[in-house]
Amino acid sequence: MSQSKLDFLERSKEFWNPGKTQAWQDMGVDLVIDRREGYHLYDMDGQRLIDVHLNGGTYNLGHRNPELIEVLKAGMDRFDMGNHHFPALARTALAEALAACAPASDMKYTAYASGGGEAIDIALKTARHASQKKKIVSIAKAYHGHTGLALKAGDDRFSKLFLSEDTSDEFIQIPFNDLNAMEDALRRRDVAAVIMETIPATYGFPMPEEGYLPGVKKLCERYDAFYIADEVQTGLMRCGEMWACEKYGVEPDIMVTGKGISGGMYPIACVLISEKCGGWLKQDGFAHMSTMGGAELGCLVAMKTLEIVQRPEVRSMVNFISDYLRAGLDKIMAAYADFFIGIRQHGVVMGLVFNHEEGAKPVMRHLYKNGVWAIFSTLDPRVLQFKPGLLLSQEDAEEILRRLEIAVGLAREEIMGNRRRSF
Amino acid sequence: MEPQVRNLVDISTSPAALRSCADLVLGRAQWATQVFQRYDRSATMAIVDAVAQAIHDNAQKYADWAVEETGFGVPADKKLKNELSAFPLVDYYRDEDFINPQIDIGRKIVKIPRPAGVIVALTPATNPISTINYKIIMALMTRNAIVISPHPAARACCVDAAEMLARAAVSAGAPDGIIQIIEQPNIPLIEEFMKSPKTSLILATGGDAMVRAAYSSSNPAMGVGPGNAPVFVDSSADISKAAERIVDSKSFDNSVLCTNESVLVTLTQIDKQLRRALEGYGAYICSDEETEVLRRFLFHAKGFNVEAVGRDAVWIAQECGIRVPVKTRILVTPITQIGVEERLSKEKLCPVLAYHVVPNRTQAIAQARAILRLTGAGHSAAIHATDERVIMEYASTVEVYRVIVNAPSSQGSAGFQTNLAPAFTIGTGFFGRSSIGENIGPQHLVHWTRIAYNKDPSETFGHFENLGPEFAGPLPQAPADGVPGSSSPKTIVPPNSSSEFTGLKSSGPKSSGPKPYREEFSREELRKLIAEELRAALKR
Ligand SMILES: Cc1ncc(COP(=O)(O)O)c(C=O)c1O
Repeated sequence: MSQSKLDFLERSKEFWNPGKTQAWQDMGVDLVIDRREGYHLYDMDGQRLIDVHLNGGTYNLGHRNPELIEVLKAGMDRFDMGNHHFPALARTALAEALAACAPASDMKYTAYASGGGEAIDIALKTARHASQKKKIVSIAKAYHGHTGLALKAGDDRFSKLFLSEDTSDEFIQIPFNDLNAMEDALRRRDVAAVIMETIPATYGFPMPEEGYLPGVKKLCERYDAFYIADEVQTGLMRCGEMWACEKYGVEPDIMVTGKGISGGMYPIACVLISEKCGGWLKQDGFAHMSTMGGAELGCLVAMKTLEIVQRPEVRSMVNFISDYLRAGLDKIMAAYADFFIGIRQHGVVMGLVFNHEEGAKPVMRHLYKNGVWAIFSTLDPRVLQFKPGLLLSQEDAEEILRRLEIAVGLAREEIMGNRRRSF
Repeated sequence: MEPQVRNLVDISTSPAALRSCADLVLGRAQWATQVFQRYDRSATMAIVDAVAQAIHDNAQKYADWAVEETGFGVPADKKLKNELSAFPLVDYYRDEDFINPQIDIGRKIVKIPRPAGVIVALTPATNPISTINYKIIMALMTRNAIVISPHPAARACCVDAAEMLARAAVSAGAPDGIIQIIEQPNIPLIEEFMKSPKTSLILATGGDAMVRAAYSSSNPAMGVGPGNAPVFVDSSADISKAAERIVDSKSFDNSVLCTNESVLVTLTQIDKQLRRALEGYGAYICSDEETEVLRRFLFHAKGFNVEAVGRDAVWIAQECGIRVPVKTRILVTPITQIGVEERLSKEKLCPVLAYHVVPNRTQAIAQARAILRLTGAGHSAAIHATDERVIMEYASTVEVYRVIVNAPSSQGSAGFQTNLAPAFTIGTGFFGRSSIGENIGPQHLVHWTRIAYNKDPSETFGHFENLGPEFAGPLPQAPADGVPGSSSPKTIVPPNSSSEFTGLKSSGPKSSGPKPYREEFSREELRKLIAEELRAALKR
């Protein structure tokens, strides 16, 4: 490591976040991202990394996508964040663009936030207003962000520390893929909404079983609860359709999109609200406010992002990328079958499962040393999040597989020693 | 109220947007060819045959459409050309293998075919559909992906045809995206395609400006120059047959094939006889006054009159106030000079044939060389003769790479009434500042990796029979876990046999946002573009 990087890390500990800075050093990932372009990151010491973390799809279209840069630059000649109290050209234009591609036909309104957590809070507040009920059901180990309500809906790993966990039994958590538990939670008809990550990301992408999500939606209808889809990681074509919930045949009442919609270029997140849930927007339009939520420059970037991901070429690319990587991953899995034990996949949303309770960490480290950046799942470190971009080239895809094969081999050896492979 | 998708900040003409659009199309093409290269010969040929069938079945439809859209040519002839670019083209190369390794035991060499990858194909307004068909067939035979850049004047018929063929290919098992077309071509966008590092080869057929731009792109390119074919009718010719073939050729598709005869050169001794024979087959021989009117009509101060391209003889005569019989197929304009001072000795993409008489063979050949100095170097020439010595002398003197003997040149040079390779892209070689002197064929779209052994006899050559590369075929479809019916990896669906495979990736986008590169070409720009191209082609 260069002296200048060492110096920088000291300053990072001193002034930014000592715990987080140190934790990465302890995990053997001394990454400080400097230059970035397309799906490539460059550490401040110059090492190139192919990014298959993409911050959960934030960089779906690559880092510093040239069209997004262009639209932001051109936008600055006319717009700034705008005044959130007033009707605004860009906010309405983006709302229309979202309505035009929404997963349900009655999804009409869009409310804006500057990040995913804030948008989740808006979604939960909206459901509470529309139902005039307070309880929220979410999935154990779900992750919806760190703002007030989103935090309570998520795992207490992040709330307890701040003495911010739910204490009034308003937030109920139940296991994923368990329709009986869901029915038990909803039976009393006192639940405002069920919030579902279509595929729980931070939990390592466990896949919804066939019929599970439509089953949840049916239960919601039966017991008068709204269905909120958190499509922050799964939306925007990552599953081969605009929104993953469409693939599962679910029409949510409220949907949240974040991360990728910003193009990684200007912070923005959006809550799509169906007519039946949007009552507060008529009753008291000033009831929720956010100065930076829906900043008009962000809206311009988001509109371009929507336009790009809906091009027919992108759909085709996503199919190629997911088919090709899967074929390669299957081969690697066969070669290290006692260690690399599973692949969870829907489109370019993938989780690689390893046969050790923290198995994804050494894989992450060896990948990092071999020029690929992918992150373990915080809430299930057996699983490596493997999230390639929508526009990945054949060349980069081949590079990723080549490097992954090496990293999996090294990680296996580290964890299992030279134990003879029994296959 | 319905939601509208609007564009508040338009960046569609910015270099960033153009480059990104090109990059996306080419990126998809790269994926498609990589997957296509997993296909074996029979899977590949099944796709080729399916596309040829689609071309054949739609030959009439697109012939009509092309004539209607561009105003160039004759529907019946265009239909024929479309048909020729289907099975006759495929059959010409059917026995050649561009997919399996070839073993040369004697030389201890094994050759492995390696497709170019992504081909960017520029196609002209004069032969829009036949050129598209031809380039697509060649690309598919060699497992390349192709992106077509249609001439803006023939945009609509080309886009429809290419998309239809793309569907036919995918239905027969081809990877999605193997055939793409630039829906709204404009010059800055085409330049981005041509210079992209994702482009492996540019196949340029069209105006000289475009061909030169292709060569300047920094990518490998095969382009062709303009034609201006001289045809020499020698005293040893069967004059009646010669006249018939020349009229057939000149009237074929109203002379839009660049292989059409431009100037007829003949000898005083057979002049009268030849004129009479030409008249007998539907030629109208113009008087000096009529020739002068035609000269002014066809050539403006700045170059060839675009209005006349691909029009029929009667229409042109009417425009010029020349009274001709209604059955007139071509107009013949006698000229006394060849060279810069006689505009009628330049290329004319319409059924007007200049006619020049010389006293002897030596002068005839000198004049033929002069015609090609004006324009058309490296392209085509024709001769009607039975005396091999004059054929040899003519062919070895004129600066072209194909000399058609006793056949119509339009069709003959393009390989349809000769045994030349059927082609709508005629290599004009070194004479014509091109990289290729033959009719372009699929063999030009692959290179070969050669395994070369030590030639010392002590090192024995290996056994490579049946060791070909693994042809794994289409990629299995990755699972969409939890979606009914798609949770476990699908087994490979054999091409040709399954409608499911067909439907897989064909669903379109739900709503289309503003498409930066789908911006309209104004009629004004369009006219200017065609005019410029023709001017460049005809100037020299
Ligand atoms: C599924 C999901 N929802 C919500 C969020 C919160 O988004 P943000 O970090 O922008 O607040 C995240 C962030 O990782 C997420 O993955």
